[in-house]
Amino acid sequence: MANGMASPTEQSGTMATAEEPGYLRSGQQDGLRGGLVRLRSGDMGSLPALIGLVVLVILFALLRPTFLTPLNFANFFTQAALVMILAMGLVFVLLLGEIDLSAGVTSGVAAAILAVLIQKQGVAWPIAVTAALASGIAIGLFIGMMVARIGVPSFVVTLALFLGLQGLVLVIIGEGGNIRITEPVILAIQNRNLPPLLGWVFYAIVVVGYLTAALLGRRQRLVRGFPATPLLTILAKAAVLALLGFGMVWVLNLERSINPAKNPLSGVPIIVPIIALLTIVFWFLLNRTAFGRHIYAVGGNVEAARRAGISISYVRIVCFCICSGTAAFAGLVYASRAASVDPNAGRFVVLSAVAAAVIGGTSLFGGRGRIQDALIGGAVVAVIDNGMGLLGYSAGTKLMITGGVLMLAASADALSRRRRLTGG
Amino acid sequence: MVTTTAGLGEHPPGGEEPAPFLSATGIVKSFGPVHVLRGVDFAIRPGTVTALVGDNGAGKTTLIKGLAGIQPFDAGRVQFEGREVHIDSPRAAAELGIEVVYQDLALCDNLDIVQNMFLGRELHRGVTLDEAAMEHRAGETLRGLSVRTVSSLRQQVAQLSGGQRQTVAIARAVLWNRKVVILDEPTAALGVAQTEQVLALVRELRSAGLGVVIISHNLQDVFAVADLIYVLYLGTMTACLPAAQTTPGEVVEYITGGRTAAQDA
Ligand SMILES: Nc1ncnc2c1ncn2[C@@H]1O[C@H](COP(=O)(O)OP(=O)(O)OP(=O)(O)O)[C@@H](O)[C@H]1O
Ligand SMILES: [Mg+2]
Repeated sequence: MANGMASPTEQSGTMATAEEPGYLRSGQQDGLRGGLVRLRSGDMGSLPALIGLVVLVILFALLRPTFLTPLNFANFFTQAALVMILAMGLVFVLLLGEIDLSAGVTSGVAAAILAVLIQKQGVAWPIAVTAALASGIAIGLFIGMMVARIGVPSFVVTLALFLGLQGLVLVIIGEGGNIRITEPVILAIQNRNLPPLLGWVFYAIVVVGYLTAALLGRRQRLVRGFPATPLLTILAKAAVLALLGFGMVWVLNLERSINPAKNPLSGVPIIVPIIALLTIVFWFLLNRTAFGRHIYAVGGNVEAARRAGISISYVRIVCFCICSGTAAFAGLVYASRAASVDPNAGRFVVLSAVAAAVIGGTSLFGGRGRIQDALIGGAVVAVIDNGMGLLGYSAGTKLMITGGVLMLAASADALSRRRRLTGG
Repeated sequence: MVTTTAGLGEHPPGGEEPAPFLSATGIVKSFGPVHVLRGVDFAIRPGTVTALVGDNGAGKTTLIKGLAGIQPFDAGRVQFEGREVHIDSPRAAAELGIEVVYQDLALCDNLDIVQNMFLGRELHRGVTLDEAAMEHRAGETLRGLSVRTVSSLRQQVAQLSGGQRQTVAIARAVLWNRKVVILDEPTAALGVAQTEQVLALVRELRSAGLGVVIISHNLQDVFAVADLIYVLYLGTMTACLPAAQTTPGEVVEYITGGRTAAQDA
């Protein structure tokens, strides 16, 4: 295990002599140059989604000035949260080239269990939350077993569950029922804000944390005599993050109530740090652990992964558990925002979430995608929803537009895959 | 039923070869009514390039898959470094030090060179991957093999040429200190220059003391690197010829069944 790192200092500086092969000198393909290489090979990542996001924001801001108010900005996060969180879980199964159509109704099941336990049985919220999350993981385990051990396509398993779990929600809640949520802790998830000072603390943690992680990674490479990301690039990225974050926290800390005297309202919505934490955890899992590497391998080439000694079933089962567990968490978020749970909970949101991940740049063919895609794509979906809502469009029009954007993203995905397969 | 062929198994030609890493005797494998291997003997020696030739469907891949632990044999003995072994899984083969580079290569296109070379055997530092250590060792391994054709270790494998992909797959075997490396048709899809690169790599492996098996339909390639040529004909090992003492014409006769060991003897 410790081999290969026996004498780190001895190698530094001895690498870049004239006769050395080029690959010993060239560094990681990140940064601008690596990005360009990837772009030319047809791997667009989330660039189109980012551009689309900026265009949409400008468009809506021009058409409807209320779009850019602090109140709407804060609303945007609470609206986007559900889709973003669901999409983050879905990235794990999409990376395998699988799909989970039941993620939305899994949220519904979790929300229903939560509501019944807290409001009807009087169970303490930590127990109810644990039970709700456990129900999600159990559903994921079931899907994973069916797919990995029995070999039923995930599309079919989760389509069956899409129907079956809707029935389960009906049974749990009762026909025509609607359970109101009054538990303050659950309501806080989507309805409360951080005190302004805590918002700045959160901001500082994110910026300092990013800088520390990037600098440590750079040092680890330099110690071995490897070329690392230039200091300037790291600082530039940190500066962009710091600037954007500053603007965000600043705006969210402004008074945004329509009636400040009666209902003062300011601060970063609690859901924002929750999403940030989830993103960091998932990002770490995907990019810094062997398990994450194996997810990409299984999605990229199952046979290669199998021959490399990776347990394919294990990877599949765990990914479905992560997806469904995350969906269950999204169920809590849903219950918090709606302040109630009804039998339709989570029925259609899964399609928006799949759309979000794909729009963000995650491939439906497996092997390509990042956790950030869920956030960026989720933001696009939410901005369309929010902006068109402000412009007075009906739900029908919004659905058609979102569907169109998904079609566009999926076509781009298919085309870039074809380009990778044919062109070198 | 049992075929004995000139110079097989216990009596290596030349006599002074080192003891084999691996020796298989009396290997039998059938798929239902199809008898694919009918009592085959085979040996892999250190510092030796062994070519395995035979017509389509002769059973070459089947023999290799058995040694790789992918499809167990029906009968026969396999010894590794003198010990009787049962290779019943790819992991068992890997633990013995056998690495197979398949015709389809089995690399992950969406991962880079380093990630592919360490796939399933990643180096860690605490809970996190030690990317720098992996990149360092991958670079050292490629340099040790005198590889000069790849430009960056962090290139995605999708962007590599056929020869470069073959190089990565072979370097994977070297990285893990394998004793035996089996290459199934490594040059089948390659042009002249890239074929030459792969053959050079095979010679590097030989001088590093590994036992190399190369399956090929291209006798020119076989004669360019092989020390020993085994010929499989309809599931029977009909010849084991030192490359220096035979000709392509003779090998072709064995491959097509125009000549058999029985006629020889
Ligand atoms: N899983 C299987 N089930 C049934 N028959 C099989 C199976 N695998 C191989 N065979 C048969 O065994 C015979 C030998 O196949 P094998 O792949 O070992 O040949 P080969 O020498 O590698 O040929 P090639 O040069 O075409 O690669 C063929 O007739 C093939 O049809
Ligand atoms: Mg074959």
